[in-house]
Amino acid sequence: MADWFLNLHPAWQALFRVLLFVLPVLILVPGSIWWERRLLSWMQDRIGPNRVGNITWSRTSRFVPSFLRGKKWHLQGLLQPIADGVKLFFKEDITPANVDRAIYFIAPALALFPAFTLGATIPWGPFRSLTPIADVNIGVLYIIAVSSLGVYGVVLSGYASNNKYSLLGGLRSSAQLISYELAMSMALACMVLATGSLKMTGMIEAQEQALWGVVPFLQNWHILTPYGLVAGIVFFICMVAETNRAPFDLPEAENELVAGYHTEYSSMKFAVFFMGEYAAMFVYGGILATVFLGGYHMLPIRWDYLHQSMPSLSYLWDRFEGLDYWFSPIWFLAKCVLILTTYVWLRATLPRLRYDQLMSLGWKSLLPLATSNLIVVALWIVATRVYGPMGGWAAVAVAAVILFLLYKAINRLKPGEKEELASRTIEMVDVPPARREVEMVDPATQAG
Amino acid sequence: MNGVPLVAYLALGLFMFTTGVVGVVIRRNPIVIFMCIELMLNAVNLTFLAFARYQYTKLPVGDLQQQSSMMAGQMMVIFVMAVAAAEVAVGLGIIMAIFRLRQNIDIDEMNLLRG
Amino acid sequence: MNQSLGGVTITPNLLLFGALGGAAAMAAVGVVAFNNAVRSALCLVLNFFLLAIVYFTLNAEMMGITQVVVYTGAIMVLFLFVIMLLNLGAPQLLRDREDPKRWLGLLLGFALFAIVAGQIFPSLLSHTNIGAVDGYGSPQAIGRTLFTQYVLPFEAVSILLLIGIVGSILLAKRRI
Repeated sequence: MADWFLNLHPAWQALFRVLLFVLPVLILVPGSIWWERRLLSWMQDRIGPNRVGNITWSRTSRFVPSFLRGKKWHLQGLLQPIADGVKLFFKEDITPANVDRAIYFIAPALALFPAFTLGATIPWGPFRSLTPIADVNIGVLYIIAVSSLGVYGVVLSGYASNNKYSLLGGLRSSAQLISYELAMSMALACMVLATGSLKMTGMIEAQEQALWGVVPFLQNWHILTPYGLVAGIVFFICMVAETNRAPFDLPEAENELVAGYHTEYSSMKFAVFFMGEYAAMFVYGGILATVFLGGYHMLPIRWDYLHQSMPSLSYLWDRFEGLDYWFSPIWFLAKCVLILTTYVWLRATLPRLRYDQLMSLGWKSLLPLATSNLIVVALWIVATRVYGPMGGWAAVAVAAVILFLLYKAINRLKPGEKEELASRTIEMVDVPPARREVEMVDPATQAG
Repeated sequence: MNGVPLVAYLALGLFMFTTGVVGVVIRRNPIVIFMCIELMLNAVNLTFLAFARYQYTKLPVGDLQQQSSMMAGQMMVIFVMAVAAAEVAVGLGIIMAIFRLRQNIDIDEMNLLRG
Repeated sequence: MNQSLGGVTITPNLLLFGALGGAAAMAAVGVVAFNNAVRSALCLVLNFFLLAIVYFTLNAEMMGITQVVVYTGAIMVLFLFVIMLLNLGAPQLLRDREDPKRWLGLLLGFALFAIVAGQIFPSLLSHTNIGAVDGYGSPQAIGRTLFTQYVLPFEAVSILLLIGIVGSILLAKRRI
């Protein structure tokens, strides 16, 4: 089977790999829509869509087998996304007058294209003939390139709608996108510096080494290193902003500019935007999992070292290693679902950022943080090479202290600002409810 | 790729350059003129990279000068890209400033410096 | 399949380059030909993207991906921003007037192409050998050269970019 596959023309192999990636994503997008709606509802103390797809078998029909007659199958609303899709398909497709037709029709496709193309370099398993679709030398840079192409769909859909408010919403949204893709690229650059390779499979191989170079039985998942933790958090925040999700969804919020850049798009075109957003969430989650969370591995434990150090329990380590190897797509999917859950959690919890807060977060907080993290990574590498890992930790600690003091010095309040802030602050004090005797008047006995 | 002659890349580069020249001469909108300048710069980039790959030299492969010229082509492309980026940023800022001042960006009307 | 056409063997690679190059050339003509500035910009985006793929065929993958990041992802977005801001302010400005002198410009273009091609191409027609080694476009090779041999221009370019940033911010401010 493997020989037959490897003897095919490389173009057919590539097509097979593409299908192996695209079809599961197309199935997972409705699943993620369902998961988001149910989880969001539970977090908001309601139930969410659970009525679509409930099957009640007939009690009397001859065509229903006897063990099914009268039974109710409660499908928990799993068919809701399909119902949504059918509704969007049959909705009237309105094209506003005086739009630029070519751009109006191509903009949703341009919004969907980066979401799927991003996944070309993500390895979802250790089977190198099946994944990633293209293991190029420049994998990480490819991700930065394609995510910067995501601006076009937004800008062009805002422009083509022949609607000043859509244009403004599109411009605002694209300004947000280009601001956060800078900090995202810096966070990825930190990881490239730490790993020494731009390949995505190189990232996973670097994460299979010993933790911090010293702890031999744990894997060096980047999120467990100090610089990787900061870079991972920065990347996560930028990822949420890049997919226009709450709390960064000002451009597409319902009470702002109607729906921003996709106001004038109805039915299938809106469905394409919608699908692109969820596919992008999934694929960005895959990138976070690959670069920071160790990719397709189950746990950050090195089984081969345990084989060597504790050979008595060899059969146990064999079981775990087999589980790790053969179920790796499942672990990768689990990490993506975990990140998706965090997306929904953020949407349920945090209020929306105002536009100036959004821009100042991207430019004044995340970009300096990511850049100083780059310096810290370089310090770590040099210190570890010269003094060993303890030297690395010492250098990082010193650098963190210096950076913190620098931050405090730069953001020092000017004289007079402290009083102004105090005068504008409202203090909420818990006032106990007023205790007074409430007269219970019975209307039946009231003198009429 | 093998099998593509050098002249194919050079012909594409020359065509793009010529189109850029025609665009700069014909168009009246300064933004479009800028875009044609970018087109010309990209044509030059393509030519540099084509020559970096198809070393048009009589020196043997592995010679130091030959190796440095294959990297030099790419270095030139990097610097051209960086300079083009800086130029576009400043140039578009100038166009916005002119528009704010005169409410008109037709190139033929910008003749204050004419003697 | 490998037939010969006027002395040049037709390989699948040549056909692929023909498709890419032809599309890039048509997009370049579209930049000049469209009256609408947004359509010109979109043609240029397409041209840059196809050019990046052409760079990939030249084995210069780092340059190709940098082309996508810098030109398609940043410079053209800047162009589109400015065009749309002007569109908000004064939508009638983005269409050029018809001018009968356009055909002289076209003649200039043909003449330029004919002169340069006629002088340079005949001597290069026989040159199909690839002189560069296999990994010359990889990030490692470029990094090694950029940070050892070309570190002075690299630092100079970073200062130039800083000047560009400061300059464009100053130009865009309403009150200095």
